[in-house]
Amino acid sequence: MAALKEEAMLMKKALGVIAVTGALAFAGAAVAQEKIKIGVSYPTPTHAWAAGMNWHAEQAEKRLEALYPDVDLILVNSPDPEAQASALEDLVSVHQIDALVVLPFESEPLTDPVLNVKKSGAWITVVDRGLSQPGIEDLYVAGNNPELGRVSAQYMKTRLKEGDNIVILRGIPTVIDNERFDAFMAEIEGSGINVLDHKHANWNRDDGFEVMQDFLSRFPDIDAVWAQDDDIAIGVVAALKQAGRDGDGMFVVGGAGMKETIKAIMDGETLIPVDVLYPPAMIATAMDQTVAAFKSNGPVAGRYILGATLITPENAENYYFPDSPF
Amino acid sequence: MMTASDDTAAKPAKRSSIDFKTIGPAVALLILCIIGFLLNPAFVSEGNLTNLLTRSAFIGIIAVGATFVITAGGIDLSVGSMAAAISGVMIIIMNNAVETMGSGVPTVLLGCGLAIVLGIGAGWVNGALTTKGKIEAFIVTLGTMGIYRSLVTYFADGGTLSLNFDIRGTYRPVYYDTFLGLPFPVWVFIAVAICGWLLLNRTAFGRYCTAIGSNEAVARYSAINVDRVKTLTYVIQGLCVSFATIIYVPRLGSASASTGVLWELEAIAAVIIGGTVLKGGYGRIGGTILGALILTTIGNILNFTDVISNYLNGTMQGLIIIVAVFLQRSDWKLGKSK
Repeated sequence: MAALKEEAMLMKKALGVIAVTGALAFAGAAVAQEKIKIGVSYPTPTHAWAAGMNWHAEQAEKRLEALYPDVDLILVNSPDPEAQASALEDLVSVHQIDALVVLPFESEPLTDPVLNVKKSGAWITVVDRGLSQPGIEDLYVAGNNPELGRVSAQYMKTRLKEGDNIVILRGIPTVIDNERFDAFMAEIEGSGINVLDHKHANWNRDDGFEVMQDFLSRFPDIDAVWAQDDDIAIGVVAALKQAGRDGDGMFVVGGAGMKETIKAIMDGETLIPVDVLYPPAMIATAMDQTVAAFKSNGPVAGRYILGATLITPENAENYYFPDSPF
Repeated sequence: MMTASDDTAAKPAKRSSIDFKTIGPAVALLILCIIGFLLNPAFVSEGNLTNLLTRSAFIGIIAVGATFVITAGGIDLSVGSMAAAISGVMIIIMNNAVETMGSGVPTVLLGCGLAIVLGIGAGWVNGALTTKGKIEAFIVTLGTMGIYRSLVTYFADGGTLSLNFDIRGTYRPVYYDTFLGLPFPVWVFIAVAICGWLLLNRTAFGRYCTAIGSNEAVARYSAINVDRVKTLTYVIQGLCVSFATIIYVPRLGSASASTGVLWELEAIAAVIIGGTVLKGGYGRIGGTILGALILTTIGNILNFTDVISNYLNGTMQGLIIIVAVFLQRSDWKLGKSK
């Protein structure tokens, strides 16, 4: 830890030196040179969660730049991995960034571009999706997928008893989905709760609706649903209401932290009584910590894994952002 | 005129095989239903059959429109994105109209009327660019597909557009209520199918579509206004997308960038499974309806069993589609050799 701190301090000093020489050499451009420039790169938002992330990044930019006049955050979003790789090059060559916060489109194709940014001497913060080569990033900020599955299963166990039946709607077949599902199954094992079946609903409302309709036709006795995701949960609820099976203590557990879902939890909705957090706001956490690497006297480098908090009526207000698109 | 006389000459030979072609998709559907029943008797429960029919309505209605476009030798890849964009605009307009018009029937009618205007307009744009602009339909609709998809993303600010809760109460019955035991979407599906069948098989317009699809140059020499007929097929397609959207929106009351993804391919698949020829010149509305039902039934059956790994759903769907079309084409040869 001491070494890390030293490294950070050295870096600060080095930056100071650069800033001073810059000021002496080009008095006119001094203002721009003194700033700590932090590039923030992430995929162009094409779905609700990513749109939420974009919103939180913009909020964090405003907040941090108001707090630290000498910090300049540069947000760039890219529609595909190649574009993101070019954006990273531009951040180094055009903006000469001191630090990079990056949510990689895909791990593999962006590992080298991020490594090149690292070679320019910048601080690297990686968000959500890890790079395929370890040790490049100074800081890793991510949600916790296995924890999301585990927390959901723990909640199920508090509400259900032995012999009760649940069905599971999964996301798009990916590592993320497997991590969540495997952790859920590991936690539920031995509890006596029957998992009737699990199908992919692709983190999508329409698929959630249709898969749940079929589960309802197929299984006459379902006590609860793990929908894993708030969008799927919306489809599930519509199917339950259509079939008139939304009573009798039936409940659905989603995940992510969509504002409508959190609002409903605040209002005491019983069909979706809780939610499990996998917040798009993690980009703001990453930006905060990256700025802290320059401003704080505490060490920052390391791994910052967010908890998969269980959102209940008691704490829902803390996670409610009415202006965010998600 | 050459083709016309060729057609009449070929008719007696074809007639013996017509039954095969007609019943091919029907037999496929029947086999699927039997498999479904054997896997789980709940498959034939009234609730599930109603779900199946209602779910088929979206793709089915769009596929009726696609039958016209494909019969006339065109293709429309933009229908899924178009449905998403129209849903998005409908939701925005209805939400904004609440303040002035209230959350009653007039607002819903405004939304539906707008959907129809937008569908016709979008279809006309596709048609005009294809005919007057002389750009291949594949490229035109690939372009508009991207445009409509990104528009809905933009309208929704990357997120999801949600219908005002009060209007949802007024509009909800359009999807969920039934008339004579059948849900409204199924009635819309039936009405569109009947109109489509009449238009394709009992009018000059339908014959023009077939003629243009089999040989555009000959159709032009036969004094058919090719550009107008082709443009009209895209307008019909747009109108069908509007109808599908009008019954889609009340289901979940939302639209996002993931609305209607791949509907274009499902619609085209339904049309081809039903016996319409992809390169044009021969179209069958009845087959298209069966094609849409087959596609929905495959998905439904896969949800009814855990015998097959979830990861192989796409494989099963692909196999069944290919086998269905293969059987049908084999029947064609069989008919000819007779």
